[in-house]
Amino acid sequence: MNSAQATPSSDKAQAGPMFESKTSDQAPSLDGTERMEVSMGPHHPSTHGVFRMDVELEGETVVKLKPVFGYLHRNHEKIAEGTSYLGSMPYTDRLDYFNSMTNNWAYALSVEKLAGIEVPERAEYIRVITAELSRLQNHVCLIGFLVQDMGALGTPLMYAFRERERILDLFESLTGARMMCNYMRFGGCRCDVTPAWLRQAHQVTEAFPRFLDEFEALLSENEVLLSRSQGVGALGQDLAIAAGVTGPMLRATGVNYDLRKADAYGIYNRFNFRVPLGSHGDVFDRYMIRILEMRESIAILRQAIRDIPDGDYVHPKAKLRGFKPPMGEAYGRIEAPKGELGFYLISDGSPKPYRFKVRPPSFINLTILEDMCLGQTVADAVIILGSVDIVLGEVDR
Amino acid sequence: MIGKGILKGMMETARNLTGSFHDPERLTTVSYPEEKIPAKENARNFPFLVYDGDDWESGLRCVSCQICEKECPPQCIYIEKDTQKKADFLGKLQFQPKVFDIDVSVCMGCQICVEVCPFESIRMDRDFEYAKSDRFEGLLLHKEQLAKSNKYYHQIHPTEATETDAIREGKRQDHLAKERAKAEKLAQAKEAASKSQSKEPNKE
Amino acid sequence: MWFEDLLIQIKSVLVLNAPEGLRPILSAMLSATPILSAFGGLFAAVTLLERKMLGRIQNRYGPNRVGPFGIFQPVADGIKMLTKEDIVPKTADHSIHFLAPLLLLLTAMLGLSVIPYGEKLVAIRFEAGIVFFFAVGGAAELAVFMAGWASRNKYALLGSLRAIAQMVSYEIPLILSSVCVLMAAGTLSLDEVAKSQSGSMLSWYIMTPWGLMGCVLFLIATLAEVNRSPFDIPEAESELIAGHMTEYSGFKYAVFFLAEFVAMFAMCALTATLFLGGYHPPLPILAFIPGPFWLFAKLMVLVLLFIWIRGTMPRLRADQLMEFAWKFMLPMAVINLISTGCWIALGRGSLGWGLSALINLAAYGALSRWLSSRPNQQKRTYRFAEGPMHAA
Repeated sequence: MNSAQATPSSDKAQAGPMFESKTSDQAPSLDGTERMEVSMGPHHPSTHGVFRMDVELEGETVVKLKPVFGYLHRNHEKIAEGTSYLGSMPYTDRLDYFNSMTNNWAYALSVEKLAGIEVPERAEYIRVITAELSRLQNHVCLIGFLVQDMGALGTPLMYAFRERERILDLFESLTGARMMCNYMRFGGCRCDVTPAWLRQAHQVTEAFPRFLDEFEALLSENEVLLSRSQGVGALGQDLAIAAGVTGPMLRATGVNYDLRKADAYGIYNRFNFRVPLGSHGDVFDRYMIRILEMRESIAILRQAIRDIPDGDYVHPKAKLRGFKPPMGEAYGRIEAPKGELGFYLISDGSPKPYRFKVRPPSFINLTILEDMCLGQTVADAVIILGSVDIVLGEVDR
Repeated sequence: MIGKGILKGMMETARNLTGSFHDPERLTTVSYPEEKIPAKENARNFPFLVYDGDDWESGLRCVSCQICEKECPPQCIYIEKDTQKKADFLGKLQFQPKVFDIDVSVCMGCQICVEVCPFESIRMDRDFEYAKSDRFEGLLLHKEQLAKSNKYYHQIHPTEATETDAIREGKRQDHLAKERAKAEKLAQAKEAASKSQSKEPNKE
Repeated sequence: MWFEDLLIQIKSVLVLNAPEGLRPILSAMLSATPILSAFGGLFAAVTLLERKMLGRIQNRYGPNRVGPFGIFQPVADGIKMLTKEDIVPKTADHSIHFLAPLLLLLTAMLGLSVIPYGEKLVAIRFEAGIVFFFAVGGAAELAVFMAGWASRNKYALLGSLRAIAQMVSYEIPLILSSVCVLMAAGTLSLDEVAKSQSGSMLSWYIMTPWGLMGCVLFLIATLAEVNRSPFDIPEAESELIAGHMTEYSGFKYAVFFLAEFVAMFAMCALTATLFLGGYHPPLPILAFIPGPFWLFAKLMVLVLLFIWIRGTMPRLRADQLMEFAWKFMLPMAVINLISTGCWIALGRGSLGWGLSALINLAAYGALSRWLSSRPNQQKRTYRFAEGPMHAA
């Protein structure tokens, strides 16, 4: 505790009846002041949607934090159990609405596992290209939002959105929609990529490193950003593993776990890429891991665009209507930009899934928010939440 | 040296400040109502019904098979069959829809109706300026608002429309071939029958 | 000169024609009106300029809907603010809630009265003008706290407490870094300070090493004093919604906004007076352009710099801000005083210049080395995964 934090801790803060503590069971702290309870959210500028943090403050230090979510609950899993397998595909777009491509892929993968459908090679390549493009725009926007939470007035966010726009343009010209792509199908993709599209994707990929360099020049050495993020919200390896944290957040703690390597789903074993690892597990590591991951994604994209073979974009026997997988269960998972995204399906042989369960990475990564925030200040709690990379559509489903 | 990173960042923003005046790569903003980004060919928004020829009512391709109604994930399509059958482009008698409503306030533009339609009659539009003052009636599109000509389809999605036309042409050829085969078969049967009954059937 | 004479002529004609008893009041009003209207107009222009420039920094157009290039945007904003409902929370302290924005505006505007806008254009010719300036500026803390306290809102309270801590701490380096100029000029009167920098650009105090350092420190402290990014912690919109302004709406919010901008203008004008030669042109040849123009030009340059900084930087945390004040700003300001003393003692010549530069550079080097060795300023390297994956 240093002087600055002690200054605002106040007897004055508690003077009015409004500031009387609501919880009666807590003991007053040593200097006789009481804690202040602040409900940050559900409409608060930093909560990235409708999310609430019930924070108890000692001065400005967080002593208790309760994440409250569910404001955006849309019954995704139950709806999916009431519609056909294909009918859930557009709903998966709306889980993590930044990355509809990877959501589609995870769902398609689990249905393919369930029904034993093979995916043609060209389709696998298309999937890799679209997924890695998704990863690029997700990471770059996340960093934009994170730095905005630190108070940078949206400048990095606007640069991120400018670049994201190029990728969304690619998605639109391929699938027809910028965000809600609804592109993957069981056994492939909905439509084929054209050579012109591949050329354009190549251009976007080649232009991206230059933008990343600029982005890093703006941020990576900025003393203000360093002091805001280094040593803030540190997460230990053991806790991260125990809590089931995945994705860049887990790798920032130094755990070598990337499903693209571990599962090598799709055709990821054909590409040459590295998995960056952090060592502190703090906000800066999460930021830096994402920057490095983007550079690796560019490497994957270059290889995939170069090597993409001719062939079918969807398995010729794949069915759209009247699709009935055999009885059984399957769990398909991929390395989504936010972490491990999995779909667990049970089929009873009918055209609708008997059970449909999503394992959303941002929900599970969010569960340890309190552990990261305790002892930090309010300002830190905000950026720790930002560094988790949540999308409330996926958290609340 | 403290302050070096900040100066570096400030040089970056200065570059963007000046760049936004001369570099279209940096200033990607478009002043929307005055200028618009040219629409992508594949862009999709809400479905519409294709009709052939000039009269939307008789040329409607939809035969109210109600597959889209069943497959639509948010169930925003409502179809009522007509009571009388009309001939479609193959000459087959089909029910046309009496009511075909799409509630675009519910529609999520997922394109599944297009994919499952066996009659190439429902397709995706790319018009996105649907703002209405009445959100219930105004956003419930009826048959007459939904029907758009094949010409319009060719305008917005030329590649896809050409492919669709080819499919329909193929269907027609198949149908003709089938008809011919059927007619021949019929003729043979009739011939065989006429040998025994010596009566000529009417040929079409 | 002709411009200032003209203004003085107009004023004396108006005052002399008034009845005897009204003359002092009329005189005061005639001094205040041009200043207030000039800064009011500047406020409108700068709100637009800030949004435009931030827009360009962020690769956007900025406001361009109201009038050609959006130049009537401030008018539209004003109409919007005035016609908005004024909401006061039920549990708020109504009178203090009402007084806080007014007091803030008052303190900001009083500071403008001692700034010399031209050789003969000073509203109040104070012997201790700078002391008056800082004294009324100090009352701003009270206004901010009144706003935060009266709102009965936790965010507002946190914001105002942060604001007090910040403004009180940064007043010390602010004043210390201005003392070097007072030492060199040998006076507390801003009028005299400006006069002592007459001549060309080279006689401005920013052209000396201690002046440059003082100016930089003064500007940093100014940023904190007027709550601008990266020190906009009291308003930190991603943490505290709008800090002490959370419960303000409509015209009162606009007054807060106005007060903040006027305070920024006043501080920039003071910076220009102290370090950038005040109303003096950069070259004596340009003296035909009136002094107020030069002062406003320098003020605008500083405002643009502030906007540029705002477009670039994230916000510091409250404790880091304090740390920066006490561990960098304060020692640096004190060392700067020593270096100023050396400069004066060595006869204000090149020898003093060199020694002063040496002292400042050494101090800056040592302090920044110390600060960048702190655990949250590390340059990190990252490794890439080798070997087997962690078991799933």
